[in-house]
Amino acid sequence: MALQDIRPAAVAQALRPNIWDMVALILVTGAMVLIVYGGEQTTAPLSALDVAPVSLDPANLPLYALRTTMRMLLAIVCSIIFTFIYAALAAKSRRAEMVLIPLLDILQSVPILGFLTFTVVFFMNLFPGRVFGAELACVFAIFTSQAWNMTFSMYQSMRNVPKDLEEASQSFHLSGWQRFWRLDVPFAMPGLIWNTMMSMSGGWFFVVASEAITVGNTTVTLPGIGSYVALGIEKQNLPAIGYAILTMLLVIIAYDQLLFRPVVAWADKFRFEQTASASAPTSWMLDLFRRTRALRALSLPFAALNKIISNLHIAVPASLKMASGKHRQPSRIIDALWLGIIVASTGYAAWRIYQYLSATLSLSDVLSAFGYGLITLARVVVLIALATLIWVPIGVWIGLRPKLAERVQPLAQFLAAFPANLAFPVFVVGIVRYGLNANVWLSPLMILGTQWYILFNVIAGASAFPSDLREAASSLHLKGWRWWVKVVLPGIFPYYITGAITASGGSWNASIVAEVASWGNTHLSATGLGAYIANATENGDFPRVVLGIAIMCILVTLFNRLLWRPLYAFGERRLRLG
Amino acid sequence: MLDQIKPSSLLDIRSVCRSFPKGSGEDLLVLDKVDLTIHSGEIVGLLGRSGSGKSTLLRIIAGLVAPSSGEAKCRGEAIAGPPNGVAMVFQSFALFPWLTVLQNVELGLEALGIEAAERRTRALAAIDLIGLDGFESAYPKELSGGMRQRVGFARALVVHPDLLLMDEPFSALDVLTAETLRTDLIDLWIEGRLPIKSVLIVTHNIEEAVLLCDRILVFSSNPGRVAAEIKVELPHPRNRLDPTFRQLVDSIYARMTQRAEPRSPSIEGIHGTGVGMVLNHISSNVLSGLIETLAGAPYNGHADLPVLANSLQLEADEIFHFGEALQLLRFAQLSEGDLVLSDAGKRFADLETDARKRLFAEHLINYVPIMGLIRRVLDERPSHTAPAARFRNELEDYMSEDYADETLKTIVSWGRYAELFAYDEQSELFSLENPH
Repeated sequence: MALQDIRPAAVAQALRPNIWDMVALILVTGAMVLIVYGGEQTTAPLSALDVAPVSLDPANLPLYALRTTMRMLLAIVCSIIFTFIYAALAAKSRRAEMVLIPLLDILQSVPILGFLTFTVVFFMNLFPGRVFGAELACVFAIFTSQAWNMTFSMYQSMRNVPKDLEEASQSFHLSGWQRFWRLDVPFAMPGLIWNTMMSMSGGWFFVVASEAITVGNTTVTLPGIGSYVALGIEKQNLPAIGYAILTMLLVIIAYDQLLFRPVVAWADKFRFEQTASASAPTSWMLDLFRRTRALRALSLPFAALNKIISNLHIAVPASLKMASGKHRQPSRIIDALWLGIIVASTGYAAWRIYQYLSATLSLSDVLSAFGYGLITLARVVVLIALATLIWVPIGVWIGLRPKLAERVQPLAQFLAAFPANLAFPVFVVGIVRYGLNANVWLSPLMILGTQWYILFNVIAGASAFPSDLREAASSLHLKGWRWWVKVVLPGIFPYYITGAITASGGSWNASIVAEVASWGNTHLSATGLGAYIANATENGDFPRVVLGIAIMCILVTLFNRLLWRPLYAFGERRLRLG
Repeated sequence: MLDQIKPSSLLDIRSVCRSFPKGSGEDLLVLDKVDLTIHSGEIVGLLGRSGSGKSTLLRIIAGLVAPSSGEAKCRGEAIAGPPNGVAMVFQSFALFPWLTVLQNVELGLEALGIEAAERRTRALAAIDLIGLDGFESAYPKELSGGMRQRVGFARALVVHPDLLLMDEPFSALDVLTAETLRTDLIDLWIEGRLPIKSVLIVTHNIEEAVLLCDRILVFSSNPGRVAAEIKVELPHPRNRLDPTFRQLVDSIYARMTQRAEPRSPSIEGIHGTGVGMVLNHISSNVLSGLIETLAGAPYNGHADLPVLANSLQLEADEIFHFGEALQLLRFAQLSEGDLVLSDAGKRFADLETDARKRLFAEHLINYVPIMGLIRRVLDERPSHTAPAARFRNELEDYMSEDYADETLKTIVSWGRYAELFAYDEQSELFSLENPH
C-alpha cells in the first residue's frame, strides 16, 4: 500500500525488473530471514536460556541486537492495533469515552518499570517454563511505554476530523468501516506517526531495562543488548559496555534510515493542508522502492487486498454509530445507570487496594513513601531547571542559524532515542572510583536521556521564529536581557513546554533505574521513590511496589495538572506564533 | 431533461421546522415551516443572508440533519440518512487530501460497491466531462481552487444522482474562476450532458442566483422562512448586462433590504432589538471607511446597493451587514436597495479622530441597548468591573452560544474604539480603567 500509485498505462512495462529491484529484493529477503531466525529462538524452553547464557563475546552482539529490535517491532505492532481499537471506541461511543479517556490519562503517568514486577509474574505463569512467556512480559513492558500517547493522538484526531469531510463521507454513503479506513485513519496519520516515532525513541530505554529483570526469586535474562549490558556490569567489563553502546548506535541509525524515514516521507501525503509545502521530507530508501519495477508490480496485489479490506461491508452496531446529525436525546436513565456502575466498580477497586495494602502496611509506610516521592520530585524539578538553563540558550543559538540547526537537529533527536541506561555504567564507574555522593551524582542519570527533548524542541522553536520579528527587534535596538525576555523566550515558549513535559515525564520513569546502580559488587543507592520501588521489586515485596507506584502516579498526575498543563494552555493561547 | 414534459416531483418538503439547542435551554428556531418542491429538469436556488437557515435546509435534504418537525421526502420516500440519488458539492470542496483526483472521484462509487472496471470507466468519463483530463493522478493540494471544485463536481456527478445539491459552490473561489466554472456548468446543463435531473443550489450571491436558476426562493432570517419565490424566465445563456437581468437583480436587492427593515431598531423592544440583538462583528475601521466613501463623490450620501457592492468588491451579504450596522447606529438608513447617509453620518465623516470616537460612543450608548447596559453596570458597581460571563449569560437567553460569542466580540471591539470601557481578555473582565 505504501508504494501504491495509480498509473494504469505502466503495467505492461512494470514486470521487467530493473537494478533497483535487485537492491530492494535483497533488503526485503534479508529482513524476512532475520525475522524468521529471531522468531525461532523465542519458542525454545526456558531452560535453553541456562544452556546458552548471555555471553560477553562481541561476536554475539549482532544477534542480541536483532532480538532486541524484534521485541521493539512486535511491541509497536501491538501498540498500533491497540491504538486503533481503543481510540475508535473512545471517539465513537460517548459512554465508553467517559471511562476510557481518564483511564488513559492515568496510564500515561504510571511508571512503566514499576509495572514489570506484575507483568513478568503474570506472563511467566501464562506460559510456564517457556521463553515465550518472558518474551511477552518484555514486549508488554515496551508496549506500555509506547501505546498511550499514540492512542491519545489518534483519539484527538478522530474527534477533530473536519466537518466537511465527515459530511462528504456520509453523503457518499461510506459505511462506518469504510469511513474509518478512508477518513479517520488517514487524517490521524501524521500525528500518529510522529507519536509512534516518539514512542519508539522512548521504547529503546525500556527494552534495554526490561531484558534482565529480577523479581524476588525469579531472574529472567533474555538474550539482547540490555542483558548483555547487565552482564557487563556484573563482570565489571567496561569494554563490553562500550561495544554495546556502539551496537545500539548502529541499530538506531539503521532503524531510522531503513524504517522510519521511508514511513515519514510516505506519510507526507496525509498531511492535512490545502497547499503544497516547500520542503517535503525525503528518504533514499523510499526512493529506492519507488524506482523498483517488478517489486512494485508484486506490491499491487497487497494494495488491492488493502482496498478490499477497507471496502468490506461490516455493519457497525448502531450504538457505536456517531449520531449522524440526528439529535437523538441520549437516555438519561442509561446514563445514570452507567455512571452508577462506574462509581461502584471504582469504589470496589479502591476498597480492595486499601484492604490489600492495609494487611501489611501501616500509615507510616505511606508517609515515608510519600516523603521519598517528594525527594524524587525535588530532583526532577532541579534537573529540569538545570537542563533548561543549559539547553535553552544553546538551542536558541543553534536554532537561529539554519545551516547549523539542519545538522544538529537530527543529532539531538537521535540522542533522545538512544537508551541512556546503556551509558549509566560509565557514570557509575566514575562515582565509585572517585567516591562521590550517590544522592547527588546519581541524579543526573535521570535526565541523561530526556534532556535532549528540551534541546530539539527549543531548536525547532527557534528555527520557526519569524524572521520579520527578529528584524523588528534589531531595528528597535532590543539587545541583551530585554531581547531574551521580550522577544525570543515568548516565541519559543510553546515549543519549550512541549519538550519539558516530555523530559519531566521521562525523568520520573528513569528514576526507577537511575536511583539505584551497581558496578560488580558495589551497589549505589540514592534516597528517593525510584530507589524505593526498585528495591521493593528486587525483594518481591508487592505491597510496597503497589504503594510506590500509586504514589508516583499521584505525584506525576498532580505535577502535570498543576504545573505543565496550565503552562501549556497559556503558551498555546497567548504565545503561539502564526 | 426529456422528463420535463411530465413534471414529477423529485423532492417534497412540507412545513419543515428545525431548531437547535440554545445556551439557556430553550431552543433556537432556525427554519420555520418551509415548503419546497423540486421537479425534474429545473435549477432551483435558495437565496438568503447568512443565518437564514438555507444551508440547514440543504443538509436536511442531504440527510445529514433531521428536521425537528414536518416531513421531507425524496422521490416519495421519507428522508432518513443520506438518500440514494442525491449527491452534494461542498463550499470547501471537502476533498480527501490523501487521495488523488481519480481516487477522490471513485470514492462514492466504491461506497456503492460498484466493481473496479466500471468504477474506472465512469470516473474517467466524469473527469473528462468536467474538464479535468490529465489531472487524474494529482493530489488536491497540487491543484488550484477552481480545479479542486471541478473535482468536487466530478465526484458528485459520477454517481449519476437525480438531484445535485450545491452548497455555495463558488463562494470560496476568486471572481474569474467562479465565472468560468459557472459558465462551463450551465453549458453542460443546456446541452443535456450532465447525468442529473435537477439542481438545488444555495447561495447568498444575488447575481449568481439570477444567472443560474429557473426558480429562486428568497429566504428571510431569524427564523428562516421562504419570503418570496421568483421565477426567472430568461433564456440561457444569460447576459449580466441585459436590462431585464439588471432589473431582476435590483428588485431582489430591494426585496432583501425590505426584509432587513423589521430588524432595524426602534426604542420599543421588537423581537431581536433589545439587549438580545445579534451584533455582527464589523470593525470600526470598516464602518468609518464606509461612511467616508458614502459621504464622498460620486455617492454624496446616497448609494445604490448593487453599485456600491460592485465598486467595493463586496458580496451582497457583506454589504447588507455593513448597511445594517450603520442603520443600527443611526449613521445611515437602508431602504429599497439604497443606503442613505443620515445627518449624524455626514457629521461623522467630517470629524477628527477623537471627535469621531465621542460621537460613536454617544450613538452606542443611545442605540445599542447592551452597550448602555454594560456601561450602567460598570458605573453602578463600586469596583467598576464586571465579568463578561454576566453579559454572556444574558445574551444566551436570546441567542445561540456562537452568536453570543460573536456579539460579545463586537461589543468589545466597538467599546474599545469608543473608549467606553476597557476589557481584559485573560480575566474576561470589563472595567472602566484605561491604562495610563
